Amino acid sequence: MALELKDVSLLVEEQCYLQDISLRFEAGSFNVLLGRTLAGKTSLLRVLAGLDKPSRGQVFYNEQDVTGVAVQKRGLSMVYQQFINYPHLTVWENIASPLQLAKVSAGEITRRVKHIADMLHIGEYLQRLPLELSGGQQQRCAMARALVKDAGIVLFDEPLVNLDYKLREELRSELKVLFKTRETIAIYATTEAHEALALSGTTTLLHQGKVLQAGLAQEQFAKPVNLYAADLYSEPPLNVFSASVDNGVLQIQSPTSLADIAHLCDLPNGQYQFAIRPNHIYLQPNNTASIVLRAKVDLAEISASETYLHVEVSVDSDQTSLSWTLHILSIMSFRSGSGIDIFLPLEDLFVFDLAGKAIRWPDTHSLEVK
Amino acid sequence: MATNMISKRNLGMFMYLIFVLLPIYWLLNMSFKTNDEILGQLTLWPTDFTFDNYITIFTDASWYMGYVNSMTYVAMNLVITLLVSLPAAYAFSRYKFVGDKHLFFWLLSNRMAPPAVFLLPFFQLYSSVGLFDTHLAVALAHCLFTIPLAVWILEGFMSGVPREIDETAYIDGYSFGHFFIKIFIPMIRSGIGVTAFFTFMFSWVELLLARTLTSVDAKPISAIMTRTVGAAGIDWGVLAAAGVLTILPGILVIWFVRNHVAKGFALGRV
Repeated sequence: MALELKDVSLLVEEQCYLQDISLRFEAGSFNVLLGRTLAGKTSLLRVLAGLDKPSRGQVFYNEQDVTGVAVQKRGLSMVYQQFINYPHLTVWENIASPLQLAKVSAGEITRRVKHIADMLHIGEYLQRLPLELSGGQQQRCAMARALVKDAGIVLFDEPLVNLDYKLREELRSELKVLFKTRETIAIYATTEAHEALALSGTTTLLHQGKVLQAGLAQEQFAKPVNLYAADLYSEPPLNVFSASVDNGVLQIQSPTSLADIAHLCDLPNGQYQFAIRPNHIYLQPNNTASIVLRAKVDLAEISASETYLHVEVSVDSDQTSLSWTLHILSIMSFRSGSGIDIFLPLEDLFVFDLAGKAIRWPDTHSLEVK
Repeated sequence: MATNMISKRNLGMFMYLIFVLLPIYWLLNMSFKTNDEILGQLTLWPTDFTFDNYITIFTDASWYMGYVNSMTYVAMNLVITLLVSLPAAYAFSRYKFVGDKHLFFWLLSNRMAPPAVFLLPFFQLYSSVGLFDTHLAVALAHCLFTIPLAVWILEGFMSGVPREIDETAYIDGYSFGHFFIKIFIPMIRSGIGVTAFFTFMFSWVELLLARTLTSVDAKPISAIMTRTVGAAGIDWGVLAAAGVLTILPGILVIWFVRNHVAKGFALGRV
């Protein structure tokens, strides 16, 4: 029991939506597709569902080629980002419709609809029309319809995006529980890294129609293969600068020795791109070896108990100034235009080559996973 | 004071209402009068109340067959229009094909030609194929105008239904036909109602084509009403009664679709 893609490409009007994708999803696994908008997540799901036919390549289900098979015969279900229900049918009729089409007996339908509706907490609204429910309940109804037929594959296309924060957290943790005991292949597309981390399944990173990296979300977070992958896991975006290393010394305004840093000490001479997460830049020196830079405050955004500080920094001697974001876990106010010192612990630096390929990662123990 | 304000505010509306309803009242009024009273003196309501005019219409075949003929071709037109325009509008709203946009605009441009333009070709064509003076002739001629309009209105309503609904239905296991009838048509039923209303209205009030393409067997009521000058002069009372009976179906139909008409006027694009 597995779903497999072999060299799948999708071209629409000369534009490449998917390029040579080969993936394998095992039965009983929870899989996450992570990528920014237009990365090809929805296109990939549509190919998997059979809604779009790949331009090249094949889709296999249980080792059988299902590339051209009609959607109706695929035996899968899908939940969209928009709340898609049949508006003129009641919640009960909505959930029951796939079962009725599959000619399940009436008693069995009643039992299964009731069971799944209770599991998703919409058991008391079965006689209402979908539009008489709140957004979260509408999406639960759509999910119930997708889950009730016990399909071998369930596809989720950013199902929680249109919900508010609390509902999202709640539904997400419920989803995890729902799939724990099933032999279903669940594939869940999302743009948000923390969602991928929270769902903690096998994660595939997509970028411009290509697979960047596949594996566990935690590993990808710690060891992204390149800058794009690293950036997918960083919100706000990573702060990147390029600099050269000469005999173990980082050539920036105030040259810094890398000698004592485990993952940087043996870096060969050359030009590199260094990156650091917004939450790893500090405003006070701590006990670790750090790069100290002078920065100019652009804007401080205060959200609840955190501050996002946008600054202008020049790292190189040629004085090109970079726009960086700092994520500070307390409330601080700054006058825009004022100068501050920022501290970048060397042990938190990622190193990429000039093409963006990852060379060194910080040691995992120094990473706090949010 | 307050009541004065309200009555002042309502006065304009009240007068407008009288202005609008006066002709209809007068028609109703006349239909219950005798010809003598109509021609004799000005009376605000029938002094000599009579149902004779209505009785004449319901007992004289040359009158009531007019209604039967009108309703027959209107119904035929309605059925043909919906059967053709539902799939056509679905194709325009869901698929891309060569020349789809041009074809779609061309449909609307059909509406720009006055019916009179098509009078001669229809008359000659239908006479030579033996369709002249049949209900089908009028229905088909009206289709030329109602189908483009119906496609435009329905396309608007259909495009308001997200494509994901179609896909969800296929994923759930619906075949296309099953989905179209069980899911899609109920979802755009107000659009279908509005389309039916516009189609009905066009066909019901259209006079020129209906009169020219018929002579005896399929003669519509509106044509009969224009030919009531007999040897004894005009039969005012019967004519008024016929008028009342002619506006009744319109009132009935508009009652059913009153909540959706505005959207229909915007061709479903609200």
